[in-house]
Amino acid sequence: MASLNVRAALLSVVLLIVLLGIWEALNQPPEASEALSEFELLMGGADEEARVPPPSQVLEHAWDELSNPFYDAGPNDKGIGIQLAYSLFRVLTGFFGAALVAIPLGFVVGMSPLMHKALNPYIQVLRPISPLAWMPLALFIIKDSEKSAIFVIFICSIWPMLINTAFGVANVRQDWIRVARTHELSSLRTAFSVILPAAAPTILTGMRISIGIAWLVIVAAEMLVGGTGIGYYVWNEWNNLDLNSVIFSILMIGVVGMLLDIALGTVARLVQYEE
Amino acid sequence: MSMHFVSIEGLKKEFPVKGGSSLVVFDNINIGIEKGEFVCIIGHSGCGKSTIMNIIAGLDDPSDGVVIMDGREVSGPSLDRGVVFQNYSLLPWLTALQNVNFGVRARWPRWSSEQIEEHSCRYLQMVGLSRSIHRKPAELSGGMRQRVSIARAFATQPKLLLLDEPFGALDALTRGVIQEELIKIWSETQQTVFMITHDVDEAILLSDRILLMTNGPGAHVAESVKISLPRPRDRGTIIEHPGYYKIRNHLVHFLVTRSSQLAGGDNDVETLTVDPIHDKEFSNRRETPDPQPSATASLSNAG
Repeated sequence: MASLNVRAALLSVVLLIVLLGIWEALNQPPEASEALSEFELLMGGADEEARVPPPSQVLEHAWDELSNPFYDAGPNDKGIGIQLAYSLFRVLTGFFGAALVAIPLGFVVGMSPLMHKALNPYIQVLRPISPLAWMPLALFIIKDSEKSAIFVIFICSIWPMLINTAFGVANVRQDWIRVARTHELSSLRTAFSVILPAAAPTILTGMRISIGIAWLVIVAAEMLVGGTGIGYYVWNEWNNLDLNSVIFSILMIGVVGMLLDIALGTVARLVQYEE
Repeated sequence: MSMHFVSIEGLKKEFPVKGGSSLVVFDNINIGIEKGEFVCIIGHSGCGKSTIMNIIAGLDDPSDGVVIMDGREVSGPSLDRGVVFQNYSLLPWLTALQNVNFGVRARWPRWSSEQIEEHSCRYLQMVGLSRSIHRKPAELSGGMRQRVSIARAFATQPKLLLLDEPFGALDALTRGVIQEELIKIWSETQQTVFMITHDVDEAILLSDRILLMTNGPGAHVAESVKISLPRPRDRGTIIEHPGYYKIRNHLVHFLVTRSSQLAGGDNDVETLTVDPIHDKEFSNRRETPDPQPSATASLSNAG
């Protein structure tokens, strides 16, 4: 019997082939009975109704797009690489901006019961707000759609990081705090050399949740603000009725989201420790 | 009283309980420790040994009384008092060497990294660790972890070393080996040590003096037993000394019967100083009830 990994990979490939096969078979255009007029060709052949493009077409399109990802032929025709780069820039800016606020604030909330009690009501009210609900207010105050999108990412990234940091900091083992105290460490040294490494795995978990949410939200945000980015691209291709591009970009959103998660997962492993 | 290097005077700890009253864990604890002395404290669980230790360390505040060390009152933790906790308290994200470095750097912030490392390695060697120093605590056995913890405490060269049941979680064989290492490092450094233990044999092997506590609540130190067995002591030969079982029987007898008889009694009684080997009247006063060593003398580690 082959190892579990080999069998799992085999099963994955079989599933892929079966699903793509079904998708392909269900979406063939009907045979044309007669030669088509030029007009019919232009309108999609003898097809009576619009169809989801079969995977063979999507893959062909994906190959075209990926072989030239950074072309720029005007505002409505940019390569997938450029669109993804815009989205990544917004997500990373908003995300790291949120980290700069959330992690220090989480330390304060986690270390001081007073601050925890004082700030908790605000956190509880602000946290469940859909990040897109901030969009109109952000557009009005910031008066810039690009910055508003970044703000929306900022506001949605902040909560998981803030809550996880506060939780991690508040739950550092008392033994380690006592070690710091018996070694006469200052509060600042204690925070950096004992509490931060002790809480790092929990903080990283929060960051991982945040980046996942940020990547979900950027698509919706860019559909609203328009202009550039993968979310705008999906909506624009829908308006162009180019379903090949829509399906292709959906896949790309998934792939980039996975890569972001893998990247943070790698960092999380670096700060992980075994008790 | 204040002639001692460390003097604990009239220490009392009470906790509020539901209903407005309070529970006195111990009261009127008076202990004097001389420089270079190795003192063990034995008592049943719940008599407040660990609380006394935390108060000496400065991690806990007494309800009444003071701890004076080297002419100064203890108010908060200090590098002058090193602590080894029962659960090792190593930082799990640092290697063994880095854990010791952590203590050394806190003690001498101006030292260079090489100086710190060299100092740490020396102390790790003293406790018999030289090969596994780049491993994290999770990759070390319980005995090795406690060695690192002891090395960290000795390396900071505190004026007083506090050991809170340091071998409680170790198996008997490992415990024996580390006890010997502790004796070795103690005689090399002339460190003053105050240690909590549940193990009668361990206490006799290591101590100059053993303090016996009555059961709580309202515990107090009933006796201070002088261990006048010659040093250097060795685990294998110490039991052959004619005085060994005199001391041991005295301690076991105290723990089994007298610790509860004396419990909650008059706390103003002076702590009795006894020397089971040399006191003439001592051997006349009481027949030793158990001339043979009992296999179950070492008490459970619960606590």
